[in-house]
Amino acid sequence: MPASIPRETIAARLAETGYVADRELATALWMMDYLKRPLLIEGEAGVGKTEVAKALALVHGAELIRMQCYEGLDANSALYEWNYQRQLIAIKAREGSGESPESIEARIFSEDYLLERPLLAAIRRKDPPVLLIDEVDRADEEFEAFLLELLSDFQITIPEFGTVSALSIPRVVLTSNGTRELSDALRRRCLYHYLDFPDVDREAAILRARQPGIDASFALQAARMVAGLRKEELRKAPGIAETLDWAATLAGLGVSDLSAEPEIVHATLLALLKTHEDRARVTPEVTARLAGRAA
Amino acid sequence: MTASPARLASLGPGMLRRLAGFARTLRDAGFSVGRSETGDAARVITSPLADRSEGLRAALKALFASNRSEYERFDELFDAFWRGRGVKRAAAAVTALGAANRPRRFEVGPGGAGADGLAERAQAEAPGAPAAEGHGRERGASAQESLARKEFARLAAGSEREEALALAERLARAMRARVTRRERARRKGRRIDLRATLRRSVARGGEPIDLKFRRQKRKPLRIVALLDASGSMELYVPVFTRFLHAMSQAFSEGEAYLFHTRLAHVSSALSERSPQRALDRLSLMAQGVGGGTRIGDCLAEFNRSHAKRVLHSRSCIMIFSDGYDTGEPERLAAEMRALKRRCRRIVWLNPLTGREGFAPVARGMRAALPFLDLFAPAHDLQSLAALERYLARL
Repeated sequence: MPASIPRETIAARLAETGYVADRELATALWMMDYLKRPLLIEGEAGVGKTEVAKALALVHGAELIRMQCYEGLDANSALYEWNYQRQLIAIKAREGSGESPESIEARIFSEDYLLERPLLAAIRRKDPPVLLIDEVDRADEEFEAFLLELLSDFQITIPEFGTVSALSIPRVVLTSNGTRELSDALRRRCLYHYLDFPDVDREAAILRARQPGIDASFALQAARMVAGLRKEELRKAPGIAETLDWAATLAGLGVSDLSAEPEIVHATLLALLKTHEDRARVTPEVTARLAGRAA
Repeated sequence: MTASPARLASLGPGMLRRLAGFARTLRDAGFSVGRSETGDAARVITSPLADRSEGLRAALKALFASNRSEYERFDELFDAFWRGRGVKRAAAAVTALGAANRPRRFEVGPGGAGADGLAERAQAEAPGAPAAEGHGRERGASAQESLARKEFARLAAGSEREEALALAERLARAMRARVTRRERARRKGRRIDLRATLRRSVARGGEPIDLKFRRQKRKPLRIVALLDASGSMELYVPVFTRFLHAMSQAFSEGEAYLFHTRLAHVSSALSERSPQRALDRLSLMAQGVGGGTRIGDCLAEFNRSHAKRVLHSRSCIMIFSDGYDTGEPERLAAEMRALKRRCRRIVWLNPLTGREGFAPVARGMRAALPFLDLFAPAHDLQSLAALERYLARL
């Protein structure tokens, strides 16, 4: 059973790992331990949902087990698989040995021949890991139902083998982009946090945390500029990772004041704007206006 | 998952009652709050978090909210209940959800088109006859057929209208049955299932003799209907609604939207079993009569807020509209382009197309044309029936 860490400690340790969390997120992470419930995080692409799980693993000094969901993901690839090649070889190798079929069967369906997939791995660890179920909305509804069962019992039945109960209860983080509506049952099982784009101060803090050499006033400028861009009607609003890339690019080019070098700023926007339409929409004039306001 | 009895007892009955009251407030505001949430909330209140009200609010928010809109409304409800702040505003927000400006009503039965001068009043066959099945469907042989070819706008009131509506419903059911059957027959893409094959080979001394196959799973076709409910479409809305209602009962995956000057999500109304109740609920949802149709704006709203969730690669969008748009055609074109990228097919059904001498001259219609996969008439039942073959090929 995971030891409970006070909420303030969680926030402080998150900051140490370079993840700048707001109070609500720190509270939600603390409640995961207190109530032993999984946490569902929703939000736009690029707001740092996956990073939460990584930071949480660092905070608890736990292993991070990640399962990426996709359309057509089934229990086989999420839970366990038998090592067929080894099983076939084992059968052939014992053909002439006079071993009874029953004992061969018992052997090839033993633990040695079992390949762990993320979900099984997550419940067979002695120390509770952080299980990240990424983009759960991409998986099918059937899989969601299956997941729900696992999240309430934390045990898995393998027909040839028996029931595997959890050695420790993992901390589970689910993320969703909202490409599909999740079932009410799953939502109710989980704690919920909606992750929005960070406000200017927090994004500047993220920049400073991730790029230690960065000038504080420039970080604020960059954060304001990106916040201004997000307000434009873009097809794909720039995420935090893009902000980091862009700020690093500008720093590499020796830019320390956005309004001083409008051409360079405009040229480097390709680190932020990832579709042709958005590029066309943000003209040099728009860039100059936003940069002027940010400075 | 239960709090220690000692700490719970220290809460006192007053606090627990307050908590239950808060849970009820949330339920009234549309949150789905169950017993396990309330139980956990009691545990949260006994925790050190509860010493500060910000901490408690954040904690209860994570626990009780389960989607974005709940997440965003929570703080206000919390403050109103626990701090007695902004009570009026919160109460207003809750009631505003239910109340429409002035509900608009569509009539499903009598009323509508004038009954004068209609000589060819069709003899209705007994209900239950498979109107939309078999060979009778395409060549006119029965009285039903003449009804099937009669323009919706000219349908007489009363029994004829009712008959046509029932036909539309049966048509949709039959269509969907055939479309899904074909879908199943095509799904024979097969792959060897190694796990099952090997499991069986044990009985044969390790020789994989009995092959097991795995069927490929495919997502069913999802129909997303956008129904124009502006004044110019008034005559057609009941028929299309009935058609959509039957279709959505059949296609397990489907979403429906209504638009005129605004977009409204009406899937929940269509899930009503009885068509009349579905239509009643729909009437309640359609608000803001008058003004022109703003197709472009409504599509923009759809693209922005709904498309990502509703559309996938096996979605077919069906737009029922006459294409009279009071917005900018450029805007409509831009939104159609965005829509086109997101789905498999766009079908536009126009009730005016079937009329003689029709040409798509409405500016909005012309702007949308290049992005359509199918531009079809929808002025009578027969034209709706023709859709089936198209859908089956998707």
